[in-house]
Amino acid sequence: MFRLKRDPAKQPNSWRTDNLPAWGLFFVAPWIIGFIAFTVYPFFASLYYSFTNFNIINLTPRWVGLDNYVELFTTDPLFWISISNSIRYAALLLVFATIFDIFIAYLLSQDVKFLSIYRTIFFFPVLVPVVAASLTWIWILNPRFGLMNGLLDLFGIKGPNWLASPDTAMYSLIFIGVWGSGRQVIVYLSGFNDIPRQLYEAADIDGASGFQKFWRITLPLLSPQIFFNVVTLIIFSLQSFSEVYIMTQGGPANSTLLYAVNLYNRAFEDYAMGYASALAWIMFLLILGLTLIIFKFLSGKVIYER
Amino acid sequence: MAVLQPAAPGSRAMTDEERNYMLLQRLRSLIKHAVLIVFGIAFMLPFVWMISSSVKPNIDIFEIPVRLIPKSLRLENYVDATNAIPFWQYLWNSTYYTIFATIGSVLSNTFIAYGFARVRWRGRNVLFIIVIATMMLPFQVRMIPLYILFARIGWLNSFLPLIVPNFFGNAFYIFLMRQFMMTLPKELDDAARIDGASEWGIFWRVAVPLSKPAILTVAIFEIIHTWHDFIGPLVYLRHPTKYTLSIGLRLYFTQYGAEWGLLMAAAAMFTIPMVIFFFFAQRSFIEGITLTGLKG
Repeated sequence: MFRLKRDPAKQPNSWRTDNLPAWGLFFVAPWIIGFIAFTVYPFFASLYYSFTNFNIINLTPRWVGLDNYVELFTTDPLFWISISNSIRYAALLLVFATIFDIFIAYLLSQDVKFLSIYRTIFFFPVLVPVVAASLTWIWILNPRFGLMNGLLDLFGIKGPNWLASPDTAMYSLIFIGVWGSGRQVIVYLSGFNDIPRQLYEAADIDGASGFQKFWRITLPLLSPQIFFNVVTLIIFSLQSFSEVYIMTQGGPANSTLLYAVNLYNRAFEDYAMGYASALAWIMFLLILGLTLIIFKFLSGKVIYER
Repeated sequence: MAVLQPAAPGSRAMTDEERNYMLLQRLRSLIKHAVLIVFGIAFMLPFVWMISSSVKPNIDIFEIPVRLIPKSLRLENYVDATNAIPFWQYLWNSTYYTIFATIGSVLSNTFIAYGFARVRWRGRNVLFIIVIATMMLPFQVRMIPLYILFARIGWLNSFLPLIVPNFFGNAFYIFLMRQFMMTLPKELDDAARIDGASEWGIFWRVAVPLSKPAILTVAIFEIIHTWHDFIGPLVYLRHPTKYTLSIGLRLYFTQYGAEWGLLMAAAAMFTIPMVIFFFFAQRSFIEGITLTGLKG
């Protein structure tokens, strides 16, 4: 196949190989200092705290071995509730946001008039500060006076209680998550626009159906964008905190208690810093494991520019 | 080419096949636009509802059936909203945080990315892999030790824990700027070197001016990120005089839970600066997102 773009990283770099690291280290120094102070130190401190009973009473951490981890896996019901809520949230948001965003990006890639206006509209929710958006959604989803049930009323539908009911609260959050996923639309749109038109024309000549074209051309060539969006969405949605903390505080009846919300409550409401550090480490290992699995299974299927 | 194309009007009579094809294309286009318009309106409705509620008098707020266009205007909601909480103080705090966090991000990441993109040295690639790996670390892991660290050195209830780390680079921005700087032709560096420029001179006179689009992207991302930031101020700013708007609005919600008109007015005043900002920075912003999405 023809080369579309040159990868600058793969260009032969013959210049300045003989340089001493001095100048490189000079420029990178701020990152190294920050890395040690704000990443390496907290990383190991957090691991250490997770083996201690550090809390509001025991201000000098005392080593308790695996106690926190044992408690979390065996006696803490909120751990299992929050972990399953978070996985459910991430999985459903991933499915709905990906399908919806690819669909919208596909429509926008079809020579639409007023493209920049539509693009702005679908991107708009990203601009609304998370607090402003969350408070507005509480009001929209107000069962009696909110816009949502007001609109449903027009069609004679009695709307649910949305955020106020354990049955619908999680789905409300996912719905709001899809509304706020406009960043992905932009990424998919750029992916669609990069697919060479000639491929579709060639497929037309060969008599390919619309489905075949989507399955054999669009999807493979969109795979770098899908891969990027899937990885970032999973990592971010497993860490979701602000929206949920503002809108439901994990309720009702813990139905939206996401992992990060539970962790925050443990750390900054109960001041159980040791226990919360153990929670943080489980979260880190979960995200790391999932990311590695995705990389192992998906990255081989991603087709980059040939 | 054998692809069916609508005949130019008047050139010759259209065959049935061509007419059907044109009809089909029209129908497709119609459906496409209808879908986009419906979803587009649905996406804007929350914002419209925010503005609409923000100008309604309290009696109209709790009106059934709901009314999207207010029947009477009460713009005093906006004045009342700024009096009900120390709105201007919080607005200033948000602005202060945004300005200094953005300055820190722009300076540090441009500087660091240059070291990764344009200077060749032993260990560069290993270090860059570590930079990328730090993106995998959830904030929650660092949150507790950093909180304790900043508490011990007396930085709680100040903006220092939020601003200072920005002066030491951020993995995502380093990545973004490095990718950009690597596309600049290396001949420019060589030419500058022949003219006797030092490494610093090349950075300052060649790389920085040429990297303006990437610098702008980092600035835009950081402005939006800080303005929106909720968890940072929530953890570090416990004193009500230090609240940013993102924390202040929540307090306002609990205090005036029923006063949706005022709350929506405050939310609108918090949102509108971002809308105005986006209006001016739209192109760089969209390009920036596209750039990050093409990460390989």
